[in-house]
Amino acid sequence: MWAAGYLLKRIAFFFLIVLTAATVNFFLPRLSGQDPIRERMIKQVQSGSAWGKGIEEMVEVYNAKFGLDRPLWQQYLTYLGDMARFDLGHSIAFYPKTVEEILREALLWTIGLLTMTTLLSFVFGTFFGALVAWTRAPLWLRSLAPPIMTMAAIPYYLLGLILLFVFAFELRWFPGHGGYRIGTIPNLSWRFLLEALEHSLLPALSILLSSLGFWAIAMRGMMVTVEGEDYMTLAEAKGIKSSRLFFDYGLRNAILPQITSLALAMGYVFSGALLVEVVFGFPGIGTVLFNSIKGVDYPVIQGIVLTIILTLATTTLILDLTLPMLDPRIRRQA
Amino acid sequence: MTMRSNGNGAARLNNGSPFLEALGYLRRNPTLAIGLILILGLLLFSVVGRLLVNIEDASPLSAPPYQSPSAEYPFGTDKVGRDLLAVMIVGTPLTLRVGLLAGVLGVGFASLLAFAGAYYGGIIDAVIRLVVDVGLTIPSILILILIAIALRGVNPTEMSLIVAATAWLWPTRTIRSQVLSLKERAYVDVARMSGMRGREIIVRELMPNLIPFIVANLVNTTASAILATIGMEALGLGPTSHPTLGMTIYWVILHAGVLGGYWWWWVAPVVIIVLIFIALYLTSVGMDELANPRLRRSL
Repeated sequence: MWAAGYLLKRIAFFFLIVLTAATVNFFLPRLSGQDPIRERMIKQVQSGSAWGKGIEEMVEVYNAKFGLDRPLWQQYLTYLGDMARFDLGHSIAFYPKTVEEILREALLWTIGLLTMTTLLSFVFGTFFGALVAWTRAPLWLRSLAPPIMTMAAIPYYLLGLILLFVFAFELRWFPGHGGYRIGTIPNLSWRFLLEALEHSLLPALSILLSSLGFWAIAMRGMMVTVEGEDYMTLAEAKGIKSSRLFFDYGLRNAILPQITSLALAMGYVFSGALLVEVVFGFPGIGTVLFNSIKGVDYPVIQGIVLTIILTLATTTLILDLTLPMLDPRIRRQA
Repeated sequence: MTMRSNGNGAARLNNGSPFLEALGYLRRNPTLAIGLILILGLLLFSVVGRLLVNIEDASPLSAPPYQSPSAEYPFGTDKVGRDLLAVMIVGTPLTLRVGLLAGVLGVGFASLLAFAGAYYGGIIDAVIRLVVDVGLTIPSILILILIAIALRGVNPTEMSLIVAATAWLWPTRTIRSQVLSLKERAYVDVARMSGMRGREIIVRELMPNLIPFIVANLVNTTASAILATIGMEALGLGPTSHPTLGMTIYWVILHAGVLGGYWWWWVAPVVIIVLIFIALYLTSVGMDELANPRLRRSL
């Protein structure tokens, strides 16, 4: 019985988020009343890549093409329809290319980087946090806690700048820019994958190091609470082995809220990772965003915003749906 | 609630002066003390710096470009000839101010919503909760990017206003749940039975008890506002003509300053930004203890 109500609620929430995202995406850039096409054209004239003559006609042609001459509510409805079909329109800066084409490849890089780092950081951070709270853990391990937790206060990309300098500029151990060597054409071969891996190590390390502390802090708090529970004292009095006490009694109970916060933290991780990509010139969504902001490419920026929110909403939905299987308490609540 | 309620039974240096009492409290809460000292230190750096260095040098073309640190330019200069020491002296308080303003606006609005929602309940509360739930699922940096590209060319104060547009979401959620738990306390019932009305109960009974909690929230919100501000600036959406810390990071990224080997260009802003975040983090952990004495942290 719990399933239907809970399921419906989560799915409705998913659609609400997507609708909000699309609406915000449509109205916010129009707040200022500026004309994106005209602005873009003027910028192109200034940079010398188009002639000043006939610009008004070009603006009109473009406006008709992008439907910018129709009333706002009509544009909004068309926009929602386009979004439902995932038609994100064309890039202004690279005109014949569609936004979807530009994003498809970039998204692959970003998702690869983020899945890898988020999982590693979640596992290591959670385990580390649990050990730090565990009174029987060795002292050297517990003394690692303050530096790692302080690291959580540093934005990912600043750590990225430091790693870039140390490992790519000074030591030259790792490449400092891009996702593969200049001249390589992305393909599905082992050589290319290795090359891509080599290029993602530094960005991954910056995200990993600065997000470990986040999971550790949360897990430590939960583990301390669990350690104070009566059943822990009882288990200890019964003489249960220390390792079993840690994994089956402590970790197993303390980890559940961590999984809930995994859904909440995805957005935070995503925003942090955007700038890490920019620092390393990693060919993901973040770098595309950086370049689109520089080039005033509204459709691409809007496409990125929508894609990220869609990705996050989907991740959240998946986590929300798997959580009741792991945690009987949520089943009962729902 | 006064600090007295945090007494841990030890002999206390209290001879009535609130200043001495505060100092005595800080001695027992070193986390808060270190955080506050760091913030004061950063402000002092800027105040003293203004006396010793010509802050006009924070604008382009006031020094030769790409100078490594020397007696004349202790922090070096950047690509377009800004004296980086002057940039840091101007930029540090500017960045702090942008964050604090956004934090105050965000927490102020959040408290208003939280009190209204949690106290009156019903449809108002349900709407506030839904908006917050949806808003928190969408990364705020994306909303901020959309606003900032629409407004193009902002100044630091406008930057605060933009950041404040999403800064209220998280504090609304936490303050609301705190109000919900407070209003179940016996003294609120007593107040209600003795004839106080909604607004009076909020102002006279709930608010005084929530002030430490709201201040702790202010520190957190300011920290995230600064994080968002620097993030937007690093993406190129900041005030291009103001030498803030985030803009310095943007110039470094844009001109590949790290791989170019100009280490002094990014070391100073990175160190100061990291100090700001550590200071705010320690202050917030320390504040937590002040706001919530039952929560004794071992860190």
